[in-house]
Amino acid sequence: MPVFILNIPWAALLIIVPLIGMLLAFLFSSAARWMGFITVFLNLIAVLGLAQELSSNGVFQHTVGGWSAPLGIELYADGLSLLLLFTTALVSLGVAVYAAGYFSHSKASSFWPIWLMLLTALNALFLSSDIFNLYVTLELLGLSAVALTALAGGRAALLGAMRYLLTTLGGSLLYLLGVALLYHAYDTVDIQLLSQRVEISPVTWTALGLMFLGLSLKTALFPFHFWLPPAHSSAASPVSALLSALVIKASFYMMLRLWLELFSDFGVIDQVLGLLGALAVLWGSWQALRQTRLKLLVAYSTVAQVGYLFLAFPLAGGNQVFAWYAAGYLLISHALAKSAMFMATGNLLQYGNHDRIADLDRVVQRLPITAGAFAVAGVSIMGLPPSGGFIGKWWLLESALVSGRWDLVTVLILGGLLAAAYIFRVLGYTFTEAPVPHEAKRVPPAMQWIALILASASILLGFLAPQILPWLNIGDALIVVEAGS
Amino acid sequence: MSSAILYALAGAGVFVLGCYGMVVCQHLLRKILAVNFMGSGVFLVLVAFARQSQEGVPDAVPHAMVITGIVVAVSATALALVLMLKLAEETGAASLKDSDKQ
Amino acid sequence: MNAVINEWILLLVLGSSLLPGLIIFGLAEERRGLRTTLNLFGALFKLFLVIWILWGVFNQQHYETRLELLPGLEFVLRAGPLALLFVSLSTILWLVTTIYAIGYLEGSPHRSRFFGFFSLCVTATVGVALSGNLITFLIFYELLTLSTYPLIVHRGTEVARKAGHIYLLYTIIGGAVLLLGTVWLYTITGTLEFTPRGFLADLDKTYHPALVIIFFLMIAGLGVKAALVPLHGWLPNAMVAPAPVSALLHAVAVVKAGAFGIVRIVYEVFGVDFAASLGVTRPLAWLAAFTIIYGSIRALYQDDLKRRLAFSTVSQVSYIALGVAIAGPIATIGGVVHLVHQGLMKITLFFCAGNLAETLGIHKISEMNGVGRRMPWTMTAFTIGAFGMIGAPPIAGFISKWYLGWGALETGQTWVLLVLLGSSLLNAAYFLPILHAAWFRQPPDKWPHEHDFGRKETAWALLLPPLITAVSALFVGLFAALPFSPLEWAELIAEREFYQP
Repeated sequence: MPVFILNIPWAALLIIVPLIGMLLAFLFSSAARWMGFITVFLNLIAVLGLAQELSSNGVFQHTVGGWSAPLGIELYADGLSLLLLFTTALVSLGVAVYAAGYFSHSKASSFWPIWLMLLTALNALFLSSDIFNLYVTLELLGLSAVALTALAGGRAALLGAMRYLLTTLGGSLLYLLGVALLYHAYDTVDIQLLSQRVEISPVTWTALGLMFLGLSLKTALFPFHFWLPPAHSSAASPVSALLSALVIKASFYMMLRLWLELFSDFGVIDQVLGLLGALAVLWGSWQALRQTRLKLLVAYSTVAQVGYLFLAFPLAGGNQVFAWYAAGYLLISHALAKSAMFMATGNLLQYGNHDRIADLDRVVQRLPITAGAFAVAGVSIMGLPPSGGFIGKWWLLESALVSGRWDLVTVLILGGLLAAAYIFRVLGYTFTEAPVPHEAKRVPPAMQWIALILASASILLGFLAPQILPWLNIGDALIVVEAGS
Repeated sequence: MSSAILYALAGAGVFVLGCYGMVVCQHLLRKILAVNFMGSGVFLVLVAFARQSQEGVPDAVPHAMVITGIVVAVSATALALVLMLKLAEETGAASLKDSDKQ
Repeated sequence: MNAVINEWILLLVLGSSLLPGLIIFGLAEERRGLRTTLNLFGALFKLFLVIWILWGVFNQQHYETRLELLPGLEFVLRAGPLALLFVSLSTILWLVTTIYAIGYLEGSPHRSRFFGFFSLCVTATVGVALSGNLITFLIFYELLTLSTYPLIVHRGTEVARKAGHIYLLYTIIGGAVLLLGTVWLYTITGTLEFTPRGFLADLDKTYHPALVIIFFLMIAGLGVKAALVPLHGWLPNAMVAPAPVSALLHAVAVVKAGAFGIVRIVYEVFGVDFAASLGVTRPLAWLAAFTIIYGSIRALYQDDLKRRLAFSTVSQVSYIALGVAIAGPIATIGGVVHLVHQGLMKITLFFCAGNLAETLGIHKISEMNGVGRRMPWTMTAFTIGAFGMIGAPPIAGFISKWYLGWGALETGQTWVLLVLLGSSLLNAAYFLPILHAAWFRQPPDKWPHEHDFGRKETAWALLLPPLITAVSALFVGLFAALPFSPLEWAELIAEREFYQP
């Protein structure tokens, strides 16, 4: 490996590149799309560069401008950060292609800068190493996500965005209060330092409660999911894809990170999270099954899929790292599959100018690539083999059986069945003729293919576990630090 | 010492008040104000704890946090207000309620 | 060079239908010539590969492909004796069914989609056959569910959509139950590799209750596709699919995948001796026997020809499960060989049913009066298939029943003879009236919906396949003692399971 490649500050680039891209897209709005393309492409290269660096040097740490924490900002990356960064880069690429075809010129000039802002916030969040920077990046993320939601215009989107904004602000402030308490108790916001100092005390318990409550709100964990379906279903389709695939994952990542580094000794909470996750799986799937509008169905499916991620908390308790692998794997598969699904839904909306499930009217032959994308993404969402979702579910099932958690086994099986029910309900109607035929509008091929490509990627993941796991293990990211060691 | 705790408790009180307002108030402007209440509560807690940590010389870190927090709060409030205006334009009322009726 | 071929040829067997399938998806509807070429090339190439492998195995070659799937779990394809039996059956019948489907779907819409999924379906079936461990089996088993669904709803009618849903309701739940059993087993054993005589016998006794539950979970999961009563409800409904799909579903793909899975679980996961010592084979035998009788009785009351054949399948497929569950070497031969025999006979019957519908618009048995005079060749094939099902010598079905009965006697389970006798009588009761009507009654003045094929009774592509399969069913019965016959092969499998050290 030539020396100069190793010396490129990839992690810093991951923040700088989208930031500059955003400014340029804002300034030269007529070329915003191209700025966006170049940015997501460079972003992917930067992630690959960082991966290369991590694989040779292990965990990455960098003090920005030589100012160390707590006043300065430190960047940190291990296998878990890399997973999220990589997922973000992949989905970004897909969304960029899709959005280029989706937005009219007037909307595009607002979309691209805000979306690159969102990308900056995501990357910065995954690279943050202290709990206060996490707060700042989380707020930045929330605000750009709300702005993107509102972009669609119209009553439903504005209402959804408003509800989303209030929730996200409330969630961040709850989190910030927790940060204040932790700083008060342990005199630092650096996660590494905190993990050495943190001990079980009423202050820590309160901080943990506040932080996790705030983050659960943002992750839309049952019963805090109320804001998600209206926001995700009313946003423009590329935005829905971003929101479901990436934005909620950011706050989940924070919970996972905080749990692994700081709070793993705080029993009970993992059980509570698992319980809420189980309820989310069942409730979200059931609601998805009851929807008559496709986009709402997909949004409720997100509520359910988020639940699966939380099932890992109680299962990983018995030092079963496989449960965390499952969460990581489900996270990336869901990101790919769900973004594909929202894109496919967007295509159907554009095609028939409606998303009533019962009136899909033979799209399987009239829009075969889109229908195929929906079906293929559905396979991963249902957790059927071969797909990334299947691998994740296999591990969850395995750890649930090893630890004798038959309640969670039941939830896993039932959740899969319900998912199959709501997805095949849609697919069944893609074959039949609608009673009232309607005019169809053209959907650009790029928008169809990109959905199919992302969906296929989620299937491909089912074969790549042995290749992906070593990356995830960099820096023992998923190994819980034992107390006292 | 005790004054710091008093401030912190007051901060917590303001925060809780904000939470209450957020849930109970109908009008969006009130909701946005309630969020700002919550923010101010948190900032108060931060500042209160800062003075406590080192006698005499105030700890700069929480101050930096509060300043950052205020910047975020200002921009969030701006976004919220714009959204509210747009919503009022679209629906004729600055509230989340009417969505349920139609 | 040889080592490389031996490692990759099994993937090639899968690829020989997967790749044409994927290309066909992308073909425009009117590219009929290219589509047909791809279909036939894939089918012939697969046949060539399978013959190559058979020849290799005969010459002591070992074919195995291993890819890491999860840490500690591999994706394994292996050409063992059981696998080869099923692979050969699917490959040959796929070729025949492809020809039939090309003729049958002539001029109907969405053929690219149809043949695309058709090829995926065969890929999944061959994968099921070649799987070297339970997780690989599971992957292809689910893939089979997914790829058959679009074939069942192919016509896009409301009836088809509902039938598709019923199909999924059964198979997805079955798949989930099978998955549960598989993962549970894996947490106990740490391996899922198919091994002759199983890999569970040495486990500690404390695991035995769990193993019993796992056995029934797996049988329930597989029993859905194998249409064991009460899990058979999807099968008669799935008859809305086009005839080639019904033929494939019944004779080769779905139903057989379930039956084949049961064979695998009993012989190569549990081991038949161990399964018998757990006491789980007896309930399976009862269930299979009940299914045999129940399916036949239901078949008696169907006027719709395809539905009668469907209930006949419910009944006949359970012969395989019965042969396995009797748990003796001779019965094993009968059960395993029936995998092939039932396939040949049932596909013939479905082809003929399709011909009647396509040529004369006949869907009901009450419309079949005198049809033998109008379509003598088709009805000859039908007659051979029907007599085979009844168990008349020297047709294939007789061999199966003979070995099943003998095997039952050998293990002292004489009640099975009564089941076989009852079933044969019932088979005769629901097939002979059809034959009588077709050959000896007066034809009506006008057929329900007649197509004109000139001087021929129907199109060549429709007539040839049932004749080929009917003659094969006759031949595997007549020449059962020749080397490479299905019977010889089944004897080899039984020998390996029971007698080899």
